[in-house]
Amino acid sequence: MSPFVTLLLRDIRLAARSGGSAALALSFFALVATLVPLGVGADLALLVRVAGGVLWVGAVLSALLSLDRLFQGDFEDGSLDLIALAPLPLELTALAKIIAHWLSTGLPLTVLSPLLALLFNLPGPATAILFVSLLIGTPAVSAVGAIGASLTLSLKRGGLILPLIILPLLAPAVIFGAGAVSLALDGLGSGGALSLLAAFAFAAVLLSPFAAAASVRLNLSG
Amino acid sequence: MVNGKMISSLTAEKLACTRGDKKLFEGLSFRVKAGQALAVEGANGAGKTSLLRMIAGFLAPVAGRIVIKTAEQESDDAEERGKSIGWLGHHDGLKPQLTVREQLDFFAQLYRGIAEANVLALVGLARQADLPCRYLSAGQRRRLALARLWVSKRPLWLLDEPFAALDASGQALVAHLMARHCGDGGIIIAATHEPLGLGNESLKL
Repeated sequence: MSPFVTLLLRDIRLAARSGGSAALALSFFALVATLVPLGVGADLALLVRVAGGVLWVGAVLSALLSLDRLFQGDFEDGSLDLIALAPLPLELTALAKIIAHWLSTGLPLTVLSPLLALLFNLPGPATAILFVSLLIGTPAVSAVGAIGASLTLSLKRGGLILPLIILPLLAPAVIFGAGAVSLALDGLGSGGALSLLAAFAFAAVLLSPFAAAASVRLNLSG
Repeated sequence: MVNGKMISSLTAEKLACTRGDKKLFEGLSFRVKAGQALAVEGANGAGKTSLLRMIAGFLAPVAGRIVIKTAEQESDDAEERGKSIGWLGHHDGLKPQLTVREQLDFFAQLYRGIAEANVLALVGLARQADLPCRYLSAGQRRRLALARLWVSKRPLWLLDEPFAALDASGQALVAHLMARHCGDGGIIIAATHEPLGLGNESLKL
């Protein structure tokens, strides 16, 4: 088994055994999606209009809950020193961690989203677009989050600063993702918005491992 | 053994290190050959850990260089040097959620080392093989870290306080593993307050 796959499988195993990260993210997502209809009231037309935006923002915030531990756990217990000395470039280490985070958090959030869309009375075609947009866009959340997690690695209470760093960077994902759902509601094609979302996600996943690795190197020298 | 090559020596030339505004050391030079151990001694804050992190490539020297020599070449590239290093730091690098065996297999696969079946018996953890690491004592965690170091099969060991948290038998185990490593042609540089017991040279910071 290659070092990349070894690290990926270990991080997925840790996420599953910790029990906290995925379950916490899913619970938070479900709570947001439940509370918003209670707050808005029984105006179904309004709920349908805000569904895309609320569920996208809810998914991003939920994914944020576990992002601060992406590198920090390994940094604090000394594992990151050992991983840095392995025959695996830090860029690939960061990529493995991004993929593991998406598989343990972003993917479950995406799978849950059609169920939560029922609370907003979202029609079937728009729900399908919501699902596809989250499937395309949540890898970008993990990737951009990795940059923030690596920057706040050695900071105490870095988890509080993390959202301030990465939420502005994730604005395009929220705009294109929620926009695709709105276009579907209006009976217009969502292909353009989804393409832009895919381009953003592709760029994020491609570039963020380099930024995260550079930041991890800097923190290891501290 | 790294890429089938043994390291014949590690040479530090006029190293200097500062942390913040504080100068820890400068003009530091030493040479360690294959089969030798070097004990780095000094008071707390003297720069022992910083020196080890510098050799590992985590920390760039302010001045000077570190050269590794093999039969074929000399190199002062930190990334290249990192591939030959087995690291035992202050922290053991163990995950409480993983069992002893899972932890060892993980590092063996990560380092493309060899997960020897008897290595847990060697460090006295055979009976704890399927126990999650959160149930291990500090001494047992250190023993597992030693097992991890052993399976990494790296020729240059950098050890930071290798005897910490260990009882008498654990300290004897460390001495035994270090002697075997040096006997196999490996190099050890250890930051320690206690004698290594290998007839080694020492460096005072």
